[in-house]
Amino acid sequence: MNQPLLQVDGLKLAYGQIIALHEVSFEVAKGEIVTLIGANGAGKSSTLRAVSRLLPPLAGTIVFDGHDLTKLAPHELIGLGIAHVPEGRGIFGNLTVRENLLLATFQRNDWDGINADIERVFSLFPRLRERIEQSSTTLSGGEQQMLAVGRALMMRAKLLLLDEPSMGLAPILVKEIFRIIVELNKQGATVLLVEQNANMALKISQRAYVLENGRIVKTGSAADLRQSPDIRKAYLGDD
Amino acid sequence: MPMNGYYGFYHDNLTRRGRLMIQQALNALQLGSIYALIALGYSMVYGVLRLINFAHGDIFMVGSYIALYFAVKLNLGAPLTVLATMAAAAFLGVLIERIAYRPLRSAPRVSAVITALGVGIFLETFTLAVVGPQPQAFPELLPKIIYKFDGIRTSSTQLTIILLSFVLMVALDQFVQRTRTGMAMRALSWDLHLVSLMGVDIDRIVSITFALGTSLAAVAGIFVGLAYPVIDPYMGIMVGWKAFIAAVVGGIGSVRGAMAGGYILGAIEILAVANLPSTYRDMIAFAILLFILLVKPSGFFGSPVSKKV
Ligand SMILES: Nc1ncnc2c1ncn2[C@@H]1O[C@H](COP(=O)(O)OP(=O)(O)OP(=O)(O)O)[C@@H](O)[C@H]1O
Ligand SMILES: [Mg+2]
Repeated sequence: MNQPLLQVDGLKLAYGQIIALHEVSFEVAKGEIVTLIGANGAGKSSTLRAVSRLLPPLAGTIVFDGHDLTKLAPHELIGLGIAHVPEGRGIFGNLTVRENLLLATFQRNDWDGINADIERVFSLFPRLRERIEQSSTTLSGGEQQMLAVGRALMMRAKLLLLDEPSMGLAPILVKEIFRIIVELNKQGATVLLVEQNANMALKISQRAYVLENGRIVKTGSAADLRQSPDIRKAYLGDD
Repeated sequence: MPMNGYYGFYHDNLTRRGRLMIQQALNALQLGSIYALIALGYSMVYGVLRLINFAHGDIFMVGSYIALYFAVKLNLGAPLTVLATMAAAAFLGVLIERIAYRPLRSAPRVSAVITALGVGIFLETFTLAVVGPQPQAFPELLPKIIYKFDGIRTSSTQLTIILLSFVLMVALDQFVQRTRTGMAMRALSWDLHLVSLMGVDIDRIVSITFALGTSLAAVAGIFVGLAYPVIDPYMGIMVGWKAFIAAVVGGIGSVRGAMAGGYILGAIEILAVANLPSTYRDMIAFAILLFILLVKPSGFFGSPVSKKV
């Protein structure tokens, strides 16, 4: 593997007394789609929150593209090209669809580029175009997820951190969201994906890590993991 | 309108009522503008931090004194006095947030509110120590011209207060609605932590919010000085409470609500003063607060959902 774009080492993180991550190490190479799978409460979201600096880790290093992320504030990550689509989508319900997209360009001033990117979001998600001036609380769950991914696109991210993008979506929309993730990856974005829908996630990713109780317990190529009986039993719904 | 003498009796009666209404509307607009300018600061700060900044009324008072200093001691003209006062008040607001509120950002809101009360008392006692307790005359920044049209009395001061307040509020509203900084301010009131994922420096937005709120309160301080025209270190207490009521009436957290609430409270007070003994005036304002809290706690413009605009 070439020099990893994101390298996380010995990450430890707690909420007060509750230790959420004991020791988490993984890496993501440029151009990859990597999935973190794990049961509820395993620490998947906490891992992403640590990477995007929403939570300070107790120990460990996070290096992105040669930068030590633990020295940065969350809002500085955008400048490096990291976009985090959080669990529950993180849409600002009191803003319109357009305002949600514009807010994601907070650090940009290339208005031609911004307008072109808005067009690009609308061509990927035509349903959003019809709702552009609508308050985003009025969007369906699927549309909100599209908006959340659209926002990440507006950030021109090199690394996308996606926390359960398929959560709560109808099967047809799940397919659509995964198709778009692959599309963004083809256009150059590296993706770190957290998914309950392990089957779909493993299909589109190259590699995966299995997280259990705040520890990485298994790793390998996505294809291998899909064949592994343990994984099939625990995460892919096999009996 | 009837021109001959036969209808004169009715004619006179109607126009007298009409004149009175216009006169009261002007007075209500003047008072309402002042409440609205102050209410905006309460509302915006509450919107981003869920903090009721009880020091805000005293910032308004300090604004008056800063303006007095610039106008009398430094002899700046009216426009420069206003601009310099706004800048100084903005600086004061940013400083207060930085020193007193930021360390408490994740503390229980009760602690922050108590701190705000403490900051207010500090500002009062500090001003008292510097300028003394006796009221001081505020200079006429503008040549005061009295206009009388058909029995309606107004002045250059009153018209300036009404018009300049309106211009400032429209400008603020456009800023909050159209710019990405304004969007970030609104987004903060939805979810403080997620905003940083958009690349927004939350501390900077909070500072801008304080700067806007305190500079508008300082303009209100100038207006009160011009209209009444004495100022004293305790003037911020009652006006501050009234503006807070205006913010609650409009729906605290909402910019347009604060503006509407200010005008509503101004109108109610002028009507109360015109029709009731003047001692009822304050009681009525507080009765309104209690009533609104009972029947519509989210105010006229506030959203009833948990996450507020
Ligand atoms: N805000 C919080 N306060 C306290 N404990 C928390 C908080 N958030 C998460 N935890 C705890 O940290 C652990 C890891 O949680 P995390 O949200 O990272 O899990 P997850 O793998 O994303 O789960 P899910 O699939 O349910 O989203 C859990 O034990 C959880 O209870
Ligand atoms: Mg999670």
